[in-house]
Amino acid sequence: MSELAGKVSNTVNPKKPKKYKIEKHSSLWWMYLPALLFVTTFIVYPFINGFRISFTDWNGFSQDSNFIGLDQYRRMFTDPTTWTVVRNTLLYGIGSTILQNVIGLGYALLLNSKIKMRTLTRTVVYLPVIISPLIMGYIFYLIFAFQNGALNDAITFFGFNPINALGNPSVNPLIIVLVNTYQFVGIAMIIYLAGLQSISKDYYEAADIDGASAWQQFKSITLPLLAPSITINVVLNIIGGLKLFDVIIALTGGGPGNASQSSSTFMYSLYFSRQDAGYAATQGILVAFIILIISLLALWYFKRKEIEA
Amino acid sequence: MSTSKRIILTLVAFFITVFHIIPFYILITTSLKVRGDFSSRWTFPDYFTLENFTTAWQNANLGNAFMNSFIITTGAAILLIFFGSMAAYPLARRATKLNKAILVLFVAIMVVPPLTALVPLYQMVVQIGMLNTRTVAILNNVAAFMPLTIFLYSGFIRSTIPKELEEAAKIDGCSTLGIFFKIVFPLLKPVTASVLIIACVFIWNDYQFAIFFLQSSDVHTLTVAMDSFVGANQNNLGLVAAAAFMAMIPMAILFLFLQKYFIAGLSSGAVKG
Repeated sequence: MSELAGKVSNTVNPKKPKKYKIEKHSSLWWMYLPALLFVTTFIVYPFINGFRISFTDWNGFSQDSNFIGLDQYRRMFTDPTTWTVVRNTLLYGIGSTILQNVIGLGYALLLNSKIKMRTLTRTVVYLPVIISPLIMGYIFYLIFAFQNGALNDAITFFGFNPINALGNPSVNPLIIVLVNTYQFVGIAMIIYLAGLQSISKDYYEAADIDGASAWQQFKSITLPLLAPSITINVVLNIIGGLKLFDVIIALTGGGPGNASQSSSTFMYSLYFSRQDAGYAATQGILVAFIILIISLLALWYFKRKEIEA
Repeated sequence: MSTSKRIILTLVAFFITVFHIIPFYILITTSLKVRGDFSSRWTFPDYFTLENFTTAWQNANLGNAFMNSFIITTGAAILLIFFGSMAAYPLARRATKLNKAILVLFVAIMVVPPLTALVPLYQMVVQIGMLNTRTVAILNNVAAFMPLTIFLYSGFIRSTIPKELEEAAKIDGCSTLGIFFKIVFPLLKPVTASVLIIACVFIWNDYQFAIFFLQSSDVHTLTVAMDSFVGANQNNLGLVAAAAFMAMIPMAILFLFLQKYFIAGLSSGAVKG
């Protein structure tokens, strides 16, 4: 392409016509007008409108609603469910992030070595990424269901008592983290694999000559040079985990009670099952703040590490 | 690498592969078992019938759902590519104050979680009478993926498309839109492929928006159709498994054949998003 560009630039008259100069300084704003219209109508305007709704007692379908000031916010901060939901949302976000990064990096290190089967392993690990999380959730329901689930079939085969993984409120948030990790660990793996392949072999050869152990090499060469990949993965996985919705609906529906509810599923149930749209909007604003603060913190922390490295 | 180490690592890779196949294996054994067969999910049945598949296809109305998912995904992808690339061009080429501000706005929107706007968006959609239309699903998905699309296109235009090309065309008397669609757009193929794959995977699999806006059964996409089918058949998991298998198969086949493009496309979105 650069060859072509060279040829073209040779034909350009050094004295550029005036018309071109005028065009050069115009912003051509009309070209992004349609895109801007889409985003304003379907994202910016509703987002601002969400603030307005959070100050009302709107039920989600009636024509009128009352302005009730900060009542919904007061309610939110005294509602014990809010804390269950925030705890779960953070658990889904941070738990999935840790697991996906540790396992994803492990897989990438394995597949970066010259072994047979690595193409097959990569394909199989990555496949769930392109499948709907809702359907993935149903598939895992077949495994974790109390009656005739594959897990309990295996457990009882070996003579142990079946476990109610999805019905137990202290276990099922962890199951949800595991399923989310299984589904998206492929993305982390691919990003780490690309990062590993971009590290020059020279570093390792020099370290070998200096007699550094494999662990020392990993700690002092691999990890620091992977810093950009770590930043991307952490930010990506945190945002994905905090927004978790489909898998929860498929596996537990947020239950039992509200035990495995995330912010997204809680808002959904407030809106449709409990006709509590004003409160749903207030919860939406809370989760927006949480996601914003956590992703900015993560970005800031890992960017700083990158510069040091 | 020593031979013994290589053998151990290959074994590890083998076990990881088997471990990751288990859910799909369970899906297949379950989908082949008729109602009332409570044998272990780890075993295949000793009979063979595709009854679950034919029943699920009809009862879940999967044909209709495939059609809806296809229309919505294609429609949104075309609009995204057309308006997204067109918007990215001035943002990448003309660094005026206004354009810089607009680019910042698009990037900022990428951070805002779409679900925050879901409740007011639903209200707006009801008010303009577009609930339960494929159009609203298309428009919504276009808006949701527009910032990422613009980001990918403008990065690509800035780094790889030589300015001289456009200058030459300008002198030959091409209009701005003419230059863009005749000269620049054909050179954007790699990033268009990425946008297409990202849009196809995420819009095809979308459930969170669809469950809000596509409640009537004639506009159900695959995910929403699956959701209501599972709700009605919770005591017949063989049917659920068969439906889930059929719902995931088109994307899985596309992935297996175009794996290289899928992985490259999705990670370009991940890396730059």
